[in-house]
Amino acid sequence: MDRTGHTTLAEWTPADPDAVEAAVTALREQLDAGYYAVVNHGEGRASQVTELPVDADLVILRRPIAGG
Amino acid sequence: MDAGRLRLYARGWTATTVFQVAPMVATAGLLVTLHPVAAVVGAILLAHAWAIPELYANRGAKVVKPRASADAAAEATAVGLLGDLVGHEARELHARTGLVIERGSLGVWLVGEAGALLVRGRRVHCWCVRVPDPALPSSDRIAHLLLALREDEQGFATVANHAFAGARWRVRRRLPKSQRPALAAAARLDRMDSRPR
Repeated sequence: MDRTGHTTLAEWTPADPDAVEAAVTALREQLDAGYYAVVNHGEGRASQVTELPVDADLVILRRPIAGG
Repeated sequence: MDAGRLRLYARGWTATTVFQVAPMVATAGLLVTLHPVAAVVGAILLAHAWAIPELYANRGAKVVKPRASADAAAEATAVGLLGDLVGHEARELHARTGLVIERGSLGVWLVGEAGALLVRGRRVHCWCVRVPDPALPSSDRIAHLLLALREDEQGFATVANHAFAGARWRVRRRLPKSQRPALAAAARLDRMDSRPR
């Protein structure tokens, strides 16, 4: 999620090792830049991940939050 | 942050308000019995006694005050992603009120772009919390906060600044009219959950 609304950084399928590798690299870069990677599991549930969950449909990168 | 600490915060706010308001009301009562001129001062004190809780509630309600929208195209994109994260009813409520409703273990949350309200029974806790990037579209800010809330509700409430806790009716009065249906919806959902608090 960014200033444009959101940007797709990588798309992959478990059957495509090159796409998975590219997604892993993209994820690592964003984590290094300070983003958190989150897999949403529906209402009330989401989990933070530090490595690409290859089977996940969607991994969202969010920024840290702060008290106002 | 847990349910016990929330109860403590709520009692703390009640005690603070009582300590500030009760002396004014008592003094006003005394002045009214003394002299007609003193009664005027008493009336002013009563007005102050009414205004203090209102100012606190206003401070709380302001955490979800709508901000100016950023780039319309970015906002439309962000709304799409946020819509994918929530159900139909929450999506519809967000479109009407700008707030996303989310059931949690501590109560029912209403997430705005720079803060959140937590409805617990007749009380509302108001939290100041944000994503530190003012250029993000409104719906993106909400999505960031919503995901952080879903990941770790207690951590979310710990990071956020507690701005106010008080009666739901008092916060409702200070909310913009467009946002009041969200508070009513959260209260309904909270009643359905009927957790003892």
